[in-house]
Amino acid sequence: MEKRDFHVIAETGIHARPATLLVQAASKFGSDINLEYNGKSVNLKSIMGVMSLGVGKNADVSISADGDDEKDAIEAISETMKKEGLAE
Amino acid sequence: MTKTLKGIAASDGIAVAPAYLLVEPDLSFSKTNVGDVEGELARYHEAIKVSTAEVEKIRDSAKTSLGEEEAQVFEAHLMILNDPEFTGAIETEIKEQKINSEAALDETAQKFITIFEGMTDNEYMQQRAADVRDVSKRIMAHLLGKELPNPATIDHEVVVVAHDLTPSDTAQLNKNFVKGFVTDIGGRTAHSAIMARSLELPAVVGTESITADVENGQNIAVDGLNGDVVIEPDADQIATYQQKSEAFLAQKAEWEKLKNEPSVTADNKKFIIAANIGTPNDMQGVNDNGAEAIGLYRTEFLYMDSKNFPTEEEQFEAYKEVIEGMNGKQVIIRTMDIGGDKHLDYWDLPEEMNPFLGVRAIRLSLQNEEIFRTQLRALLRASAYGKLGIMFPMIGTLGELRKAKSILATEKDKLTAAGVKVGSDLQVGMMIEIPAAAVMADQFAKEVDFFSIGTNDLIQYSMAADRGNDNVSYLYQPANPAVLRLIKHTIDAAHENNIWCGMCGEAAGDNIMFPILLSMGLDEYSMSATSILRIRSLMKKLNTEDIKDLANQACFVSETAEDNEKLVNDLMSKLTN
Repeated sequence: MEKRDFHVIAETGIHARPATLLVQAASKFGSDINLEYNGKSVNLKSIMGVMSLGVGKNADVSISADGDDEKDAIEAISETMKKEGLAE
Repeated sequence: MTKTLKGIAASDGIAVAPAYLLVEPDLSFSKTNVGDVEGELARYHEAIKVSTAEVEKIRDSAKTSLGEEEAQVFEAHLMILNDPEFTGAIETEIKEQKINSEAALDETAQKFITIFEGMTDNEYMQQRAADVRDVSKRIMAHLLGKELPNPATIDHEVVVVAHDLTPSDTAQLNKNFVKGFVTDIGGRTAHSAIMARSLELPAVVGTESITADVENGQNIAVDGLNGDVVIEPDADQIATYQQKSEAFLAQKAEWEKLKNEPSVTADNKKFIIAANIGTPNDMQGVNDNGAEAIGLYRTEFLYMDSKNFPTEEEQFEAYKEVIEGMNGKQVIIRTMDIGGDKHLDYWDLPEEMNPFLGVRAIRLSLQNEEIFRTQLRALLRASAYGKLGIMFPMIGTLGELRKAKSILATEKDKLTAAGVKVGSDLQVGMMIEIPAAAVMADQFAKEVDFFSIGTNDLIQYSMAADRGNDNVSYLYQPANPAVLRLIKHTIDAAHENNIWCGMCGEAAGDNIMFPILLSMGLDEYSMSATSILRIRSLMKKLNTEDIKDLANQACFVSETAEDNEKLVNDLMSKLTN
């Protein structure tokens, strides 16, 4: 299993358009991918799940992937996070 | 069987087409326990499958008929329909609690809706709650074997019939096929009515029972000119409506030609026809109808549509947008008219016995100087971008006018001292809507650049009749000689002091009042944008020489408002013959 922590810097946190982009990025991979925040974990391939977490600015979240392409998945998601100015 | 309903004429025009009922079926259900979990899951998956196929179809037809942007909402619906957390949670409920799909769907949807709606600081998420609700409704309908109306798939001409029309309903309507609206509820200012007018579709609202009286596909005729709705009209009625519709469209086309023409009389005398607006969004209608100025920008909507006092910057942006949008033509902006029947959720003002005779408009501004100063600064800054007139409402005494003007002068000096640019041709004027001010117009005229007569209030105050009270509405008489004398006195006083006089009440766009006002020499006529071309066309028919005596007759010979209606009607029939 691959796991990485992020600190959210985007002013609006992770919802609306950024959430959609993350879900789209995650959906390209076969691995099970989860987003964990505040003790709650949701499927990162689910827009409803991601948005229902209400991740705001300065939140600390972690993303884990489990499966054959787990390494690539985490890389791609980190890439999206940085490119969109979501988290560091 | 032919049946006629009477409603409120909300948008001009005539339409005859089959009814399309935009009415939701009953989606109530009862929660039951299921033994055959596998069978229940299959039933649930089938509903998801059918719903997905249906939304895909709606999305495709919405893309072609409404455009990419309107079709976006259906993309969001598809994402929810195929969302693992959403559909997965429903499956889990069915499996673990052994309950029917309807109950599992309802509980799961409620959970997400509660979360999204709870994010009250985030409008985007609250809209997603509406998406979840829409999707759940669709799945529920399929589970219950019912059919939802799908307005986005309308592919033939229809008249849309609904209890009420919400913005999201209207966004999904294909304007090429929708020929008119009829609703159970609402008045002339309801969303459905405003929408119909901006789409130029005939509409009748407030019929009370149309959704119960008409069936899907039954032919109906909508008369947006008089408020009639005929269900299953016979051949004769259809023919009559066709004639009426053609006459209406011919007249509209005739008026349309005047859009870029100046407002002149038959003997080529030039006057200004201006528009009344409430927000910068109204500018489209202003330009579409060829307004020559903005005669009244009601700034109270800025305050009413806001959750807190609009900042100087927000106000400046709104004023600037309107001023720039007029490309150098005059814009008269009225300082806020709060109080009376207009209240702000965030401003707790004391209850009054007679709010229309209480602290409203300039009275409220003068008692809350900071709020007033903020508005004046925004106006002064915006004045640099075009030709602005600042207008004070509800002035009753010279003292009030002088106070308001001195606050304005102080703010202007402060801004100029700080190097902020203020328009060099800024005008300062006042509303004439309190009878005392009309009587004293000769004194006021020495201290302002213009007058604008607010007939709605001037009539209610002159006749001591609440304009919102049906039982005294017979006293609301624009053409009453008493009211006309006040108006004439105001116009004469303005001209004697070399200032211009306008009118921004409904009367300026009234077919009976207009010839009388023209005879009085009123300089500027400000009205709803949709009335402009009708009045411009009427002005073209009138010769100022022919109507020279009309004003004196109407004020001093006529005894009643009815006399004046007859006077103008006789004059007009002579003109057309």
